[in-house]
Amino acid sequence: MTEFTPISSALGGILIGLSAFGGFLLFGRVIGMSGMMAKVLGHDLGKSAWRAFFFLGLIGIPWILSTTISPPHDAQPFNPVALILGGFLVGYGTRLGSGCTSGHAICGISRLSKRSIVATCTFMVSAVVTVFVTRHIFGVMQ
Amino acid sequence: MIQIISLLLGSLFGGGLYLAGMTNPKKVLNFMDIMGNWDPSLIFVMAGAIPVAAIGYRLMLCRAVPIIFNSIQIPSIAAVDARLVIGSLIFGVGWGISGLCPGPAFATVLIQPQVTAIYLVALIAGSLAYKQFHR
Repeated sequence: MTEFTPISSALGGILIGLSAFGGFLLFGRVIGMSGMMAKVLGHDLGKSAWRAFFFLGLIGIPWILSTTISPPHDAQPFNPVALILGGFLVGYGTRLGSGCTSGHAICGISRLSKRSIVATCTFMVSAVVTVFVTRHIFGVMQ
Repeated sequence: MIQIISLLLGSLFGGGLYLAGMTNPKKVLNFMDIMGNWDPSLIFVMAGAIPVAAIGYRLMLCRAVPIIFNSIQIPSIAAVDARLVIGSLIFGVGWGISGLCPGPAFATVLIQPQVTAIYLVALIAGSLAYKQFHR
């Protein structure tokens, strides 16, 4: 069980929205994690330096928050097979499908992109089905 | 200047993910577990984020160029194709197996490296594998 946290989740959502807001208005770009990651990996660093700085904030701030204001949730033992398989499928799938949660579900829906709405519905349903199968059919709980 | 703004945007994103609870894979999996220990919190993440992002998008459209960069680079493809659907389907399976999508994975690499580091290596491998298979 995890606690239902509508207020902190909505506030966190607003901060994520502000980041996307800035991405649109300041940069004229979609703040999409999988796409930005692929660009950082694929380009020479000079061209993607600003993206690398985005990741610096993305990685650094949660760490600072976890050591100062609010302690992290308990670190959980996770099945390494699930992490490797999950990571690989997310890496491959988000490139084939041109985006992940940030690019499609946040930025794409906010601009009412039909592709992003279809993508979001697809990955939400497939995630729900996957969790149903792993937890309720195979009984793997994590 | 661009770097500092980008750092700030990344900080907002990371702070938001942390506050929202998206950095806890268990919470994300419970959000997907509608037949079990359902935790609907993450609906509120989208409900908070999308309207704010939508205002930024509208404001951008009102200008000919963005404030910092000199051109708008937003995907212009409109057609829903098989790649989009199959890719999203595969992404959803990976997300449902691990409880991690790319943003929260980066956001937790220093907090819980024992969970995230191995995932990130696989994530990058999957992304590069796509690049190999599709030119």
